This record gives sequence, C-alpha cells and structure tokens, in this order.
Amino acid sequence: MKKNTPRRLLLGHGSGGRLTHELVEGTFLPALNNPILASLTDAAVLPELPPGRPALTTDGFVVDPPIFPGGNLGELSVCGTVNDLAVAGARPLWLTWGLILEEGADGELIAACAAGTASAASEAGVQIVAGDTKVVPRGKGDRIYAVTAGLGVVPPGREISDARIDAGDVVIASGPLGDHGATIMAARHRLDAGSLVSDCAPLNGLIESVFAAGIDIHSMHDPTRGGVLTVCNEVAERSGKRLILSETAIPVRPQVRAVCEVLGLEVLGLACEGRVLAWVHRDQADAALDAFRAHPQGAEAAIFARVEDAAEGAIPVVMETEVGSTRPLDMLSGSDLPRIC
Amino acid sequence: MSEAPELRDPRVIAALIGEIASVAETMDRQVVLMEVCGTHTHAVAGAGLRRMLPEGVRLISGPGCPVCVTPVDYLDRALALADLPDTTVCTFGDLMRVPSSLSSLERAHAEGSPIEIVYSPRDALDMARANPKRQVIFLGVGFETTAPTIAAAIAEAETGGVDNFLILPGNKVMPPPMRSLVEDQELKVDGFLLPGHVSVLTGWECFRFLAEDYQVPGAVVGFSPADIMRGVADLLHQVADGRSKISNLYSRVVSPQGNRVAADMVARVFEPVATAWRGFGEIPDSGLGLRPDFAHRDAGLIDVELPPPHEPTGCACGDVLRGVIDPPECPLFAAACRPDSPVGACMVSSEGTCAAWYRHERLTGTAR
Repeated sequence: MKKNTPRRLLLGHGSGGRLTHELVEGTFLPALNNPILASLTDAAVLPELPPGRPALTTDGFVVDPPIFPGGNLGELSVCGTVNDLAVAGARPLWLTWGLILEEGADGELIAACAAGTASAASEAGVQIVAGDTKVVPRGKGDRIYAVTAGLGVVPPGREISDARIDAGDVVIASGPLGDHGATIMAARHRLDAGSLVSDCAPLNGLIESVFAAGIDIHSMHDPTRGGVLTVCNEVAERSGKRLILSETAIPVRPQVRAVCEVLGLEVLGLACEGRVLAWVHRDQADAALDAFRAHPQGAEAAIFARVEDAAEGAIPVVMETEVGSTRPLDMLSGSDLPRIC
Repeated sequence: MSEAPELRDPRVIAALIGEIASVAETMDRQVVLMEVCGTHTHAVAGAGLRRMLPEGVRLISGPGCPVCVTPVDYLDRALALADLPDTTVCTFGDLMRVPSSLSSLERAHAEGSPIEIVYSPRDALDMARANPKRQVIFLGVGFETTAPTIAAAIAEAETGGVDNFLILPGNKVMPPPMRSLVEDQELKVDGFLLPGHVSVLTGWECFRFLAEDYQVPGAVVGFSPADIMRGVADLLHQVADGRSKISNLYSRVVSPQGNRVAADMVARVFEPVATAWRGFGEIPDSGLGLRPDFAHRDAGLIDVELPPPHEPTGCACGDVLRGVIDPPECPLFAAACRPDSPVGACMVSSEGTCAAWYRHERLTGTAR
C-alpha cells in the first residue's frame, strides 16, 4: 500500500478539500501517471485526433465482489470501455475515470483498483486523462463504483456495422465464453471454481491484429451483460438475419459449465469482459480464425455460429443441440435466478 | 461435469430414436409418457428431445417443478411474514417472481421488504446466527431433494440454540400426486419417467405402487439426453408388450431404498401432512409439516392477515401441471404470459413447463 493511501475512506475524501487532494496525489496520480492527468486542470486538453471518425462511449462498473480471481473493478472499468470502442472498430485513445466511493471503504481496496486501472490502461495503450472522486455516506453505496468514458478514432475506410451482416457470414468467438460471469458468480457464492479466472482484458490489441491480417470484419460485439444470448438476439433483430448456433462448437470451459450446473445458470447468458464475437464472410472464415489464433488472446478462438436469411415468422436465434435437435435461444428474462434443485 | 460422453453422443441418441420409432410403429394409438421432475423438463427442452420423438409418442410434463406447484396462499403468507417487525424472509431464487394474490416476493423486495435470496437453508441459518435480534424465516419449498438439508438446518438450529431461525413449511413429496394422476379420468398416462434426483433420496421402491396397483410402468432415469431416451424406449417397450414394472435405469446412483441417513433426518424433523398443490388441490400425506417438537420453528403457525387468494384469470397452470394440456393450448401462453412478465407459476422457473416450452420448444413466432 502506498504510504499516503488512507486506511478507511472518510466523507472528507470526497469533499474537494485537503483529504481529496491527498487521495488524488497519494493514491491515484502515482498509479495513473501521465502528463495530461498530472496537470490537474478542470478539463483535459487533448492533442489533435488522428484521421478518422471519433468514437465515444461510457460505462458504469458496480461489480460485487470488486476484487475477483483474474481482475478487479479498476481493470474492468478500463477494459469495458476500451472494448466497447474496439468492437466499434475504433482505436481507443483516452479515458476518464470517475469514482463513487463509500464512506468506510478499505483504502487498500481503492489502491488495488487504482493499480488495476493503471495496468489495464497500460496494456491497452490508453491514458486516463481526467478523473473525479465522490464519497457517499456509509450504506449509500457498495465500497467502490467506477464510471469511465472513452474516446477513440475509427480509422478511415473501416466500417463495422450490423447492417453489413449477411447470409453466408460465420461468427467467431475469440475464446471460451462465460469465464468472467462464472468467476463472479462462484466468488459471490463462495464456490471453489478451481483455476477459473475472469477473462477481463482489453481487446484492442487482438482486434487490431486481426485487421492487420487483412480480415474484413463485418461486425463485432463484446458479449458483456446478458452474454451471447443478448448479443445474438440483438444482432438478429437489427440485421434482420437468422443466427444458427452449433452447441458442440461453442467454446466453454468445463469449470464454467460446472458453475452453471451448480447455480442453475444459463451458460450463454454469462458475461464476458475480454471476448469478442466477430462476423466475417465464410470465405474468410479460415483466414480469420488463423488471425485470431495467431494472437495470444485469441489462441482458443472458434467458429460457433452462422448467419442465414430469416424466413417469415421463424425464431431469429436457434441452436443446433449436441444430440442433433434444435431449440430457440431467447434473451434472459430479468436476472438469471438460481433454481431450487 | 464428469458424465460419460456417450450419454450425449448423437449416434447413441439416433439409435435410441430408431428403436423408439420402430416400437411406436407397432402401436395403433399414441402413447403418452410423463416426466414429473423439473430437471427433466429442463433437460428435455434444452436438448430439443421432444422434437426428435415420433408422432406416436407424446412426452408431457407433470407436477415436477416445486415453484409451480406451490399454491398462491403460501406466497401470500410469505409476504405477510415479511411485513412483521424485525423479520427477514429467506428464499430460493426461483420463488421470487412467482405471482402472489396481490404482488410477488420480487416486487415486495423492490418496495423494501426484507427478503433475501439464499442458495441453501444453511445460509439462512447463518443469517439468523449473525442477526440474533431478527427473526429469520426460511421458505422451505421443494421436493424430497431439498427436505434433508432443511431438516438438517432445523436440527442444527436446535442443538445450537439458534432460537430466531424458523421455516415456513412447504415441502412436498412426489408419490401422492402421482397416485392422483393415475386415478385422473381426464388424463391417460401410459408410463412415467421417474425423477432421478428424488429417487437418489427415496430409492425407487416407493414408486412400485404405480406398476403393482395401477399397471402403469415407470422408469427411473438420469438427466443426460441418452438417459432420458433410454427411459422413453424402456417405457414404450413395456406399453407395447403389456408389461408394467419399475425399471431402474439410473442405477449408477439410485438404489431400491435410497439414502437412509437423509430419510432419517427428514423423519426426525418432518411428518406427512395433507397439503395443497396448484392444479390438484389438497392431496393427503403429500406435504411435510414440522413435528410438534419443532412447532416453535413453524412460521406457518404465526397469525398473519392474508388477502383472499386470487389466481389470475385465464391461467391454465393447473391443467398444464396435470399434463392435461400443453402450454401453447393456454390462451395466455406467449401472449400475456411470458418469462419476463409471468402470469402463472409455470412460466417463472426455468424448470416450469411453460417457461421451458417458451424458451426451448417454439421454433416459429417472434422470440420476444
């Protein structure tokens, strides 16, 4: 722990006065060190953007527990926003980082999340250029919440859109699905999930490497909340096409299946925080798979679905089951509640 | 999971389907088989097995979902208990969205009622220990599978002197409603796929009456696609040959007498009582009530004011639970009643027949 990190957060750490100053100077700046942030001006004044179209996104992070196997809320707050930019085809550049802390929260937890933010930003090659800290009274929040916004640029000539999805496309998952969601659920319910860790990671390096290999990606999504079920249903609705998933081809770790069995959860409804689903034409399927697998983050990439034209009245997303039947795949309804037996 | 891969092998399934089809061809009528276990409902739907059966075999779901058969006044009582001072109500997750007469646990929770989801009665007991000034009431629902752990929590509360831990008894046992089903004149069930998990606890001999008293065959099966299809094939052979016996096809975990330790624990704490099942009404000896020694832990004995029980108009959950109709025959199915806005209990739990049909059986119509 940094010597200036408080043991417990006080309301005064969010007052804007000396305690806030100490928290920022003692804990955040050393971790997130960069000249734009260090100027501590009211607004970060940025260099001119590289050519292309700017992309802007924002996301809030409230995960319980805030530290989990394979990551923490700080890392998540960077990866979530970086990945939202990256799957839109943008190269992420700058992020803002807003914290809402609970009075009494453990200073070491805050410092760990700041360190996680710093390491994820460094891995993604982005800078945290502006920040804010508020402290709410005990019981009005849960230790630490973070909100990030991210600015990036879509390079000229790159077009990522569900409108480009067409019959004949295949869908690639960059790695096993549900690791993050299963890790969180196992941690929350004190289940021993063995070596399972969150997949939380910035995806921009992987995605740029696939573009660099000359792959024409039609569309991309990161299956976060709601998992693959939500992404596939939303894509089917927006594109007007039908998605057919192959149960045997869906990459899922045995530990993730086991957590789902024990807790009664739907595997495909689990969140990922470091996986991308990419739509490419089937003629490029092998090349795309090779490109994904050539990057360490895509080593376990797999093609798990295909796109067809949707017949009138047909269910938009279906799965071919491992025993050779089919069933529809709908979004989750509400939160996925545990079953009794 | 560590299940053998052949239990999910499409070639094994295809061979079983072929066997089923060839027997079905020899029959001059449709054979109706029923599963009575929510996990079977879920497994059949999840693998798309119903769609693979020939027309001569109809596989229907019975009262196997514990949430679905819990009557509305149980939920009314749970909600009334949550309104008592210094009281927390703990529940398994899938009861949360089941409609009560006026609300649901989920809605009451959003309005500030102290209702907590737990994965095990032990979690509720721990909560009672940690909050000695609050009364912690666990909603004890489920079948033979949840009864032992609930009984164990009660016994532990007794020995540990945790006086503020109570349950609202709602546990049910499977054989009595199955007797009602075979006596039902409206419904003709030719054979039962018997619940695997329940049988691990009870053993399979408690289902002998089906074959011996009613000449209806049964097969205890596990939950993999091959397990279920083997059960269908076994029952079909029995029906075609005019035989009736209880086949134990899940002998890797099911014995004739079951788990004696668990049975003793249940018998120490609970006794059979008449209880109401949604769709069936009251069935003698089909519920588990607390023995008089444990009356001080029975939240059902606390005097609370209940609203007049109200079942939603048009809801056909009762007929669905008895297997008289398939979910799409209910006028509310996929229209007013959907998983995100359930009208009837069968649409709530993923084990509910209607929810399973909604999520897994429809291949036409809009998904949302």
